[in-house]
Amino acid sequence: MQNIVVAPSRRIFLSSLGGAVVAVTLLPRTLSAATDDVQAEVKKLYGDKPMKEGKIKIDLPSIAENGLVVPLGFEVESPMTEQDYVKAIHFFAEGNPNPLVASFHFTPLCPKAAASIRIRLAQTQKVFAIAEMSSGELFTSAKEVKVTIGGCGG
Amino acid sequence: MADTPKPTPRVRMPANAKAGDVIEVKTLISHEMESGQRKDSAGKIIPRKIIKQFTAAFNGKEILRADWHPAVSANPYQSFFVRVPESGTFTFTWLDDDGSIYKAEQKVQVA
Repeated sequence: MQNIVVAPSRRIFLSSLGGAVVAVTLLPRTLSAATDDVQAEVKKLYGDKPMKEGKIKIDLPSIAENGLVVPLGFEVESPMTEQDYVKAIHFFAEGNPNPLVASFHFTPLCPKAAASIRIRLAQTQKVFAIAEMSSGELFTSAKEVKVTIGGCGG
Repeated sequence: MADTPKPTPRVRMPANAKAGDVIEVKTLISHEMESGQRKDSAGKIIPRKIIKQFTAAFNGKEILRADWHPAVSANPYQSFFVRVPESGTFTFTWLDDDGSIYKAEQKVQVA
């Protein structure tokens, strides 16, 4: 009697688990660790396109004393020619009220896909980057920053 | 709200280069970059007012465009790299939420 009750729910549980595993394997480990907010923003930009890890060097301090001004530098590995260049790179801060921080759109006129800015981080968190190559390939990377004083104001 | 001074852009890059040289451009503009998250002393949200886009162009052709969101710090700094193929003018443009455009130009001479 008990079996009849348990069996269907276990079947449902297992099949939903299978679905979850398939969904997760589409994302590289870096991004599957991101919050739902970040994943929703990424989905808006690139849907469910597959991504690889690597190619992006994120330069952020491990500890930021002042979350109002955190230096962010980056470089994406690329020859930057007409045939093969970095089209765009987007940065997401999962612990900020709005995850999207900044996007950069490059052209083959740029000798390298590198830049630096200064950003606000509300709290200790991971910052994610997604780079889009001219071939359509996507790469992702992340860096954790400990923030001593948050940068969103009262 | 008191009037804030007009944002002043500043650009630092060499005025002379060799053809094909890769140079670093450093830009800075004074702007409060009000995030729209802060509240004033009365507890009212201070409306968002940021520079939302930065563009760099050489002889009228776009090199790089950056979309900035409220997480970009006040007095936004932006550095990047350009190649100088020939003598010409770099134009840098900042676009404000309120539609204002701030511009800076830098001529580079190729020896």
